Amino acid sequence: MAELLKVSNLVTQFKTESGLVKAVDGVSYYIDEQEIIGLVGESGCGKSVSQLSVMQLISAPGEIVGGEVIFEGQNLLKYDANGPEMRSTRGAKIAMIFQEPMTSLNPVLTIGQQLTEMLELHMKMSGDAARKRAIELMSLVGIPGAENRIDDYPHHFSGGMRQRVMIAMGLSCNPKILIADEPTTALDVTTQAQLLELMKDMVQRFRASLVIVTHNLGVVARYAQRIYIMYAGRIVESGTTKDIFSKPRHPYTIGLLACIPRLDEEEGRKLVPIEGLPPNLINMPPTCAFLPRCAYKVDKCSREPWPPLTAINGNHYISCYANTKEK
Amino acid sequence: MNQKSNKAILDIQDLQMYFPVMRGLLRKKVADVKAVDGVSFQLIRDETLGLVGESGCGKTTIGRCVLGLYKPTGGRILFEGADIASFTEKKLREIRRNMALIFQDPYSSLDPRQSAGSIVGEPLKIHNMTPTKGEYNDRVEELFRVVGLDPSMTDRFPHEFSGGQRQRIGVARALACDPDLIVCDEPISALDVSIQAQIINLLEQLQDSAKELSYLFIAHDLSVVRHISDRVAVMYLGRIVEICKARVLYENPLHPYTRALLSAVPIADPFVEETRERIILKGEVPSPLNPPPGCSFHPRCFMAVGECSEAIPPLRDIGEDHQVACIRV
Repeated sequence: MAELLKVSNLVTQFKTESGLVKAVDGVSYYIDEQEIIGLVGESGCGKSVSQLSVMQLISAPGEIVGGEVIFEGQNLLKYDANGPEMRSTRGAKIAMIFQEPMTSLNPVLTIGQQLTEMLELHMKMSGDAARKRAIELMSLVGIPGAENRIDDYPHHFSGGMRQRVMIAMGLSCNPKILIADEPTTALDVTTQAQLLELMKDMVQRFRASLVIVTHNLGVVARYAQRIYIMYAGRIVESGTTKDIFSKPRHPYTIGLLACIPRLDEEEGRKLVPIEGLPPNLINMPPTCAFLPRCAYKVDKCSREPWPPLTAINGNHYISCYANTKEK
Repeated sequence: MNQKSNKAILDIQDLQMYFPVMRGLLRKKVADVKAVDGVSFQLIRDETLGLVGESGCGKTTIGRCVLGLYKPTGGRILFEGADIASFTEKKLREIRRNMALIFQDPYSSLDPRQSAGSIVGEPLKIHNMTPTKGEYNDRVEELFRVVGLDPSMTDRFPHEFSGGQRQRIGVARALACDPDLIVCDEPISALDVSIQAQIINLLEQLQDSAKELSYLFIAHDLSVVRHISDRVAVMYLGRIVEICKARVLYENPLHPYTRALLSAVPIADPFVEETRERIILKGEVPSPLNPPPGCSFHPRCFMAVGECSEAIPPLRDIGEDHQVACIRV
């Protein structure tokens, strides 16, 4: 499949009173057409900020200070954040679904008003056609009685139903890429499963690609074809889902897999926690950010700057000096 | 292990907790939300019982009833053989020394204007556990060490600690009076993935080293519950639908809701995921204000038959330590 989006060396910083926060520090990744990728990391690792940067949704004190986002042959970062090019891409060709369906819908507008606004704006539909399409989209994402519910307000919907509305909105302009930022974290387990399954079906139907941003390794194991693991603003390991889970090579990935409880684990399994804390991103040292917590560190780690992403096997990359194969 | 004749530290019998719904100018009661409706189970000494279910299933309400924070509408809660549901506030205070609670959110459950040491030591003062200043200080420092915090940090305030450390403060406070029972209400849901394991291991290690410590572990994350619990009770709309050994839960789940819930939890292994049964439930959890007749799960159930809407299926024994409330199994 052809490459759809290519992000290289993306750097997004926040100037705060206590210092410079490099939330995204040289992130590069790509998405192929009709591919599902997972972007995994803990809170504060920059996974959401990297996606907001692609959409140019970073506001002061944050600033995108470097990098390229190539989409359909154009570098999106060259465009003005509020210019016509960016506005016709954002929400239309690249759509985003946020974590909190409660806060990302406007409480004083009906679901219909919010859905048709997108269709009228991006798809140049007339009022009636937009309304008809909005009802179609609502039924498509599994909202029962769509024609009766289109004039309801967000507070009439349950959390799961609101997230379905968000998915319908995301799909309304036939996007090429759907970015789902922790799309199900605030929801119940069985609702999560419903929505992830729905998103997978919908991107297949719309021939779109899906970026799942999550901290849940299970979700990406189930749905993603390729995975990027992020730590402290950088990608530390990337590869196919099967490679990452069967042959994890970055100490952080290895640590993550050893510290999560698994439903199918053997009785008496001991979790091996990753010692220490994720780093404070203010005024980071130039060395590897995982170094203080690393179980594999070698001398070179404290002398050299952060190791670059290096291919270890085909499409499998890690950013690490240590030999994690031994041990 | 224990000299006491009674094996169960906690014996809950037909517990009901209804919350009235008031409407209108005169605040007339128009209905009841049956948050917990006829729940019975036992917590064995030194055991960890996991209580899982989705939001609104009543798991937290049970925890609060056990601690005497709610007065149950009906049923009995026997703690060490005494029915605490009938206790007065004064008697409850005495018995609460033997039970403690660990909260979900380590940010809102610690008073920001109280030092970490005084948060941990407060139960000691309330229950008069340490008569002298020296004993008090020694005990607080000991508690800090037990949960893996540096005792020199007792004078710091909650905002100076990370999320994981704050949860350790919460654990230390729960341990202060050396309780026999700790209700853990989603103790790790608010923490980062790499920190969760630290707290899980701490809880396990505390139980191993204590003379006697039972956990009622309330959570929605099945993998965590399966890991830490000896037995697991699965709840749906105010009732227990299945209760069994943690190992059996994954290997041989019988209730259709348990099966659906398990299959909804992805396992961090793409090879396992490829071959797993995936049950995607239709619809959403109904309102506890107006639950469906009969088995409250039947409208979403993939195994339902006509009789399912007629009567509430009782929890019945179907094997060693395994009970299910379903007429189809």
